[in-house]
Amino acid sequence: MPDDQEHLFETMSGVPVAAVYGEGPLPGEYPYTRGIHPSMYRSQLWTMRMFAGFGTAEDTNARFKELLRAGGTGLSTAFDMPTLMGRDSDDPWAVGEVGKAGVAIDTVADMDDLFRDIDLASVTTSMTINGPASIVMAMYIAVAEQRGIARVDLGGTIQNDIFKEYQAQKEYIFPPRPSVRLVTDLMRFTTAEMPKWNSVSVSGYHIREAGSTAAQELAFTLANGFAYVEAACAAGLDIDEFVPRLSFFFNSHLDFFEEIGKFRAARRIWARWMKEHYHATDDRSLRLRFHTQTAGVSLTAQQSEINIARVALQALAAVLGGTQSLHTDAFDEALALPTEKAARIALRTQQIIAHETGVANVADPLGGAPFVEWMTDEMERRAEEVFAHLLDLGAGSMLEGVYAGIENGYFQGEIADAAYRFERQINNGRRIVVGVNAFTDGDGGGGDTLYIPAETEALQLERLAAVKQRRDSQSVHDALHHVKAVAADPTANTMPALIAAVQALATEGEIVAALEEVFGSYTEKATV
Amino acid sequence: MLEQARGGDRRALGRLLSMVEAGGAAADEVATLAHPRAGNAFVVGMTGAPGAGKSTLTGRLTAALSEGGRRVAVLAIDPTSPLSGGAILGDRIRMDGVVSDQVFIRSMATRGHHGGLSLAAPGMLRVFDAAGIDVVLVETVGVGQVEIEVVGTADTTVVVVTPGWGDAIQANKAGLLELADIFVVNKADRPGASDARRDLEYMLDLGPAAHDPSRWRAPIVSTTATEGAGIAELAAAIEGHRDWMTEHGELARRRAHRLRDEVRSHAMALFAEATDERLASAEGIALLDEVVQRRLTPAAAARTLLSTN
Amino acid sequence: MAQRIILAKLGLDGHDRGLKVVARMLRDAGFEVIYLGIRQTAESIVAAAEQEDADAIGLSMHNGGHLTLAARMVDAVKAAGLDIPIIVGGIVPDVDIAKMHVLGVATILGPGTSAEDLVTAVRGAIDAA
Repeated sequence: MPDDQEHLFETMSGVPVAAVYGEGPLPGEYPYTRGIHPSMYRSQLWTMRMFAGFGTAEDTNARFKELLRAGGTGLSTAFDMPTLMGRDSDDPWAVGEVGKAGVAIDTVADMDDLFRDIDLASVTTSMTINGPASIVMAMYIAVAEQRGIARVDLGGTIQNDIFKEYQAQKEYIFPPRPSVRLVTDLMRFTTAEMPKWNSVSVSGYHIREAGSTAAQELAFTLANGFAYVEAACAAGLDIDEFVPRLSFFFNSHLDFFEEIGKFRAARRIWARWMKEHYHATDDRSLRLRFHTQTAGVSLTAQQSEINIARVALQALAAVLGGTQSLHTDAFDEALALPTEKAARIALRTQQIIAHETGVANVADPLGGAPFVEWMTDEMERRAEEVFAHLLDLGAGSMLEGVYAGIENGYFQGEIADAAYRFERQINNGRRIVVGVNAFTDGDGGGGDTLYIPAETEALQLERLAAVKQRRDSQSVHDALHHVKAVAADPTANTMPALIAAVQALATEGEIVAALEEVFGSYTEKATV
Repeated sequence: MLEQARGGDRRALGRLLSMVEAGGAAADEVATLAHPRAGNAFVVGMTGAPGAGKSTLTGRLTAALSEGGRRVAVLAIDPTSPLSGGAILGDRIRMDGVVSDQVFIRSMATRGHHGGLSLAAPGMLRVFDAAGIDVVLVETVGVGQVEIEVVGTADTTVVVVTPGWGDAIQANKAGLLELADIFVVNKADRPGASDARRDLEYMLDLGPAAHDPSRWRAPIVSTTATEGAGIAELAAAIEGHRDWMTEHGELARRRAHRLRDEVRSHAMALFAEATDERLASAEGIALLDEVVQRRLTPAAAARTLLSTN
Repeated sequence: MAQRIILAKLGLDGHDRGLKVVARMLRDAGFEVIYLGIRQTAESIVAAAEQEDADAIGLSMHNGGHLTLAARMVDAVKAAGLDIPIIVGGIVPDVDIAKMHVLGVATILGPGTSAEDLVTAVRGAIDAA
C-alpha cells in the first residue's frame, strides 16, 4: 500500500473514501488529537515491529531474519534478565537466566552476531533496555563503526527510560539522579551525532503491566516525558533539538474505547504542554510519536488460543488510536516466550488489519464520535490531576516531582492499589476474564511452548570466555579506568568512554561495576 | 535453646522470640531463663515520621555497629491492619541485605501479642539480651502511642527528621520530640537541611536542658543514609550518650524505670484479666445490671467490684 | 498467633505485581507477611525464615528459571534444617509441575488463583508440614 501511488482508497466493495472526515482540528494539525500526520496510514503504514530475543545472539539473529522475511518492517530486541540488569552471563546472579527472557549480550562481539547480515543503515532497530542502556547503545554504535556505517545513518530507538524502572519494572542499577545523567548523556550524544535515532522511548507499557489504570499509564508516562525534557534542558540541550527524537511507548489493553481515548489524549496533552508550558517552537516537538504493544498481562494461560482474539482487538485499538509502530503479542506468551508459529500469527494479525479491514484508509476514523471525544477529554482531565500533584510535590518542577514521587512511593503505591483493586474485582466475579472466571470449559492445556535448551547457557559462557581470552587486558583495564574518571566528572559525557570500553572488549558487567563504584547502587523500599 | 541462641544459632533465637510473642506459659519460662542473663545489651530506639528514612538509616547504623565483631539485632515494628489482624512487614529489606552472622533482624507487628506490644516488645528485647546481643535497635514509626512508649524506654532514643520537618505537626503532637536523646536530620543533602538543624537547635534552646548543665542536650547529627554519610557520627553520638549516662548514673536509672514499666504493664494485664473474670461472674453481672438500670454509676460499680475478694 | 510467611522473588526478575497482590491478600486473611520482595538469594531468604521463625516461604516466578530457582531454594532450606513448606506462584508450565513437586516444592499456584484458594492452599501447606 505505501509504495503504490495509484492505489485507490476505497472499501472492499469499491466505495471511494476520503483521507479524513469531520470538522475541527484535523489530523496533522495542532493539538494533534486526531493524529500527527494529515493522512496517517494512507501515506505510510505503522511499522510492524515485532519484539524478539532469546538464547544466544545467533539464535535471535535467525529469528530477526525470519521476521523480516515474513514482512516485519523493523527490528526490536529483547534482552535476557542478566543483560537487562547489567550482569554478564558468568555472574552468579545469571545462573539459570541466561538467554531465557531474551538474548544474552555480554560484549560487542555478541552485538555483532546479533545483527549478522543485517544492514544497520537500512533497517531501524529498537532496543528494549534501560539500566545499562548507554552501554548497549555504545555496543551498537561500535558494531556500526566496525562495518563502516556512518552514525548519521543509524536509525532506531533505545528505550533508555529509567524513571519507569523505579516506578514499575524495577530494572534499575544505580540511584535515580546518576541514572538520569546517563540518560541525558545519551540524549546529548545522539542529538549531536545520530539525528535519526530516538534517544528515549518514554514508556507507559510497563506501568500498565504492573497494574496501573489507563489514566495512570497516560499521566505517569507523560509526566516522565516532561521530566526528561527538563533534565535534558538542564543538561544544556535546546528543547527543539531533542524533543523531536523523544518517542513514547504505550500499552494497548482490552477496554477498547478507553485505550483509544488514552492515545488521543496523549497527543493533545503533549502538544499543549510542549507549546504552552515548555515553549517549544518546532512543530516536530509538539507531535507525540508512539510505539504500542498489546497488553501482555491480559493474556491467559487458560484456553491460550483465545488470546489471538484479544490481541487482534488490542491491535485494532492501537491502530484506531493512531500508533506509529506496533508489536502484537503471541498467543502463547502467558506461558513462555513465543514459538515461531505463534509469533507469525501475531504478525499476520497486524497485516490483516493493515490490508484487509480498510481502517488504514482513513485518518482517525472514530474522531467526532461523541463517546470517543468524551473519553479523550476524560483521560486528559484525569491526567491533569496527576500533573498538578507532581508539580506540587516538585515545587513547580516536574522533574523534581517525579524524583519525589519515586522516593516517597507515590507511583508505586498508586500502581499497587490499582493492581489490587483489579484482582479483587476478578476474584469476586465483578470483572469477567473469559476462560479464567467464566466460560472455563474448553481448556485443553497448553500446546507447544518455546523451550530454551539447557545448553544455551553453557554455549554463551563459552562465547564469553573466548572473548575474554582474545582481548588485551591492559586495554580493558585502562578503558574501565577512563569510564570511572568520566563518570566522576558531572560535566563530561559518558558515551565516548563507553564506546571505547566496549571496543576494547570490556564486558557489560565490567562496565556496570565500574559505574557502580562511582554512582552507587539502588535498593528500593518496596511500597506493597 | 537459649544456649544455642547464645552460641549464634539463628533458628533457636528466632524460635525463642516467637515463644515470647505468643505469650502464656512458654513466654514465662523463657523470661525466667533469660532475665538473669540479661542486662548487658544496649538498646537504641529509632523513630520519626514516616518517610524520614529510618529503615535505611537503621540498616546503615547496624552495619557500622557490627564492625569490630559486635552482635547487633534489629527489632522492626510495623503496624498491624486493624481490619484483618494481618500485617505486611517490609522494613527489613531496606537494611542493606547483607546476610551476616553478626546481624539479626526481626520484624514485629503492633498487634496480636498477648498483653499488647508494651508487654511483648520488652520480652523480645530480653531474649536478645540474654542471647548475647550487644546492641539492639528498635525501629518503629512514631505515630502510635504504644510504639512511642516502646521506643521511649530504650537506653538511647534517636528521633529522625528530614528537611521540612518543621511542618510535621503530627510529629510535634505525638510527643516525639521530647523523647529524643539524639536528633538526626536525614536526607541532609536536600535543600532545607540547615534550616531543619536550626529549628531543632532553637527548640532545644527553649527546652528544659537548655540552661541546666547537668542535663543532656540532644546533639543533632546530619546524615544522608542512602549514601552512608553521617553514620559514623551517629554511632559516635550514641556512644557519647551512653558514656554520659553511665557517668551520671542515668543508664541504671533508665533501666530500672524500664523494668518498673514492664512490671506495671504485666500487673495491668493481669488486673485486666482478673477484672474481666469478675465482670463475668454472677456478682459482676448483677452489678452491671444495676448500672444499666441506672441505679448505680459505673465508678461505684468498679469500686464495689474491686473491694470484693 | 498469626501465621508468618516470607514472600520473595529469587533471581533477577523484577516483576512484582503478583507478589504485592498476594501480600495484600494474605494480610487481609490475617497473616503476618514478611515481604522481602525482588532480587533475593536463597541464603537471604533462609536467613530471614530463621530470624522471623516463618511458617512458610512463598516464591513468585515468572521468567523461565523456575526449575533452577526452586532447586536452589529447596536445597538451602534443607541444608538449614528448616521444616517449612515452599509455595511457588506465577508461571510454571504444566509439564514442569510434577518436576517441581519432586524437587520439594509443596504447592504450586497458577495465574488467576483466587484469594480464597490462595489462603486455603497456604494454610493447608503449613498444616501439612
